[in-house]
Amino acid sequence: MIAANPATGTPRPPAPPKPWTNARIAGHVLMALWAIAGLYLVYYLIGNLEKPILEFLLPYLPIDWQEYANERLALQTFDSYLERYGQKYIDGLIVTLQIVGLSLLFGAALSIPIAAARSSKWKIFSWPAYGFVYFFRGTPLIAQTFLIYYGFGSFRPELQSIGLWWFFRDAFYCVVFAFTLNTAAYQAEILRGAVQNVARGQWEGAAALGLSKPVTFFKIILPQALIVALRPYGNEIILMIKGSAIAAIVTVFDMFAETKRAYSRTYDFQAYIWAAVLYLMIVETLRRIWDKLEARLTRHLKR
Amino acid sequence: MRILRLAAAAAVVLAGVGAAQADDWSKVRIGTEGAYPPFNSLTSDGQLVGFDIDIANALCEEMKVECEFVTQDWDGMIPALQAGKFDAVIASMSITEERKQKVDFTNKYYNTPPAIGVPKDSKLAGVTKEDLSGILLGAQSSTTHSNYAEAHFPDAELKLYPTADEYKLDLENGRIDAVIEDVVVLSDWLATENGACCKVLSTLKSDPVINGEGAGIAIRKGEDELKEMFNKAIVAIRENGKYEEINAKYFDFDVYGD
Repeated sequence: MIAANPATGTPRPPAPPKPWTNARIAGHVLMALWAIAGLYLVYYLIGNLEKPILEFLLPYLPIDWQEYANERLALQTFDSYLERYGQKYIDGLIVTLQIVGLSLLFGAALSIPIAAARSSKWKIFSWPAYGFVYFFRGTPLIAQTFLIYYGFGSFRPELQSIGLWWFFRDAFYCVVFAFTLNTAAYQAEILRGAVQNVARGQWEGAAALGLSKPVTFFKIILPQALIVALRPYGNEIILMIKGSAIAAIVTVFDMFAETKRAYSRTYDFQAYIWAAVLYLMIVETLRRIWDKLEARLTRHLKR
Repeated sequence: MRILRLAAAAAVVLAGVGAAQADDWSKVRIGTEGAYPPFNSLTSDGQLVGFDIDIANALCEEMKVECEFVTQDWDGMIPALQAGKFDAVIASMSITEERKQKVDFTNKYYNTPPAIGVPKDSKLAGVTKEDLSGILLGAQSSTTHSNYAEAHFPDAELKLYPTADEYKLDLENGRIDAVIEDVVVLSDWLATENGACCKVLSTLKSDPVINGEGAGIAIRKGEDELKEMFNKAIVAIRENGKYEEINAKYFDFDVYGD
């Protein structure tokens, strides 16, 4: 125990016992109810996995357990939710990852010229870049997706005449296009902020050493900017993953669309729980990767 | 004593969750979509109109109850009913086995077959599984029509839209090759300026498992009193000519079916 007074070594007096007030009792009761509800939820979800788990374990179980397991398996006359829709979720997950992956990649590529134009001294570059960022950060992603999907959809003859209809006809391309523009705007701002955040002295020091501008940028400024930009980049990716559910309303069968379809067939709320679990798993994976990346980028700051 | 009182209060709260309201049917809240003309849609000033709405009003008048409409997205219709957001769904909901596991239905109040709609210059010749193989087929999600497409046209690529308005747009601009929808809903749209692009290719044979016995009024499980009230009222308006009057306002044939 830490002494209350280090000089004399007098121990800290014991804390007075907390009285069981009404509020405290109510708190405990509510907490218990929530805990029970949570446990029930887990039990309910695991019930789905009983059949595959038993089937997997069967050969390894002792003989008398095998009998019991077979009895349980015989009771499972219909396929569980996961067996019926699990594959659909995986298909949807792949589409979701494709949409997010492609948009982030194209968005990152697009963000570099936008960030450069935005920081340019020439208004002919900086104003359009400002307008682009202003529009795409200031309007909802769902509105942008609708504008691109249904907006371009109504210009079919024009698009056909310039040979672009194949692109805008496909919902998947439209969604990737909309998401790319949206994330490019955010990523440009992250990049610009991070580069501007690096102290001017770094440029000046490099110039004093006779390094050229490109070398200074890529070898000195960018590594420092990336440390600042890493967390905002991570946030942007997470937002894109969650935002990708918007693809479902323009007919792309991403994970959320598959969830909705499964739900419409079963009206079973676990449809959305499994979707939440999958989204959480993606985000958690990403978080761990990001921790590793940060450790790597800041290794010179660690002792 | 305090703990007892608290427990009693908690019990009351929990009981309240179970029975959201007493069974006093002087006022009935009716859920509908408002995006499915001619059955139910919203006018530009936000008024609900359509066959479903007129039927609902006639039924309420017959049952001598006050009715209040609540609009709700189609996908969430049954969960919202179960959650007590309204007491009955009058939104052209087909009576199917899948839905019957979650809610109860009254008897049907109309029954019309599904159909395939295509652009006027479509090269599609028929509506067999082979004819539709490989095409892009649009439907509203969570409907009997989308289920029908999955079951009967497995080789078509299905596109699911949240409301009927959206697949109409995509059929018009040629993103999709065909749509599957109730023949009455399709015909109503084809008669408008926007629907001039397209035509009904053919009606489809109803699948009793998927399409059920027609559109009924969905109510929460166990609300038998309300169900009986609606059933009696449906019979009554069929007999007293009110149904016929409403039917004639929208259609030139009897949508009740046989």
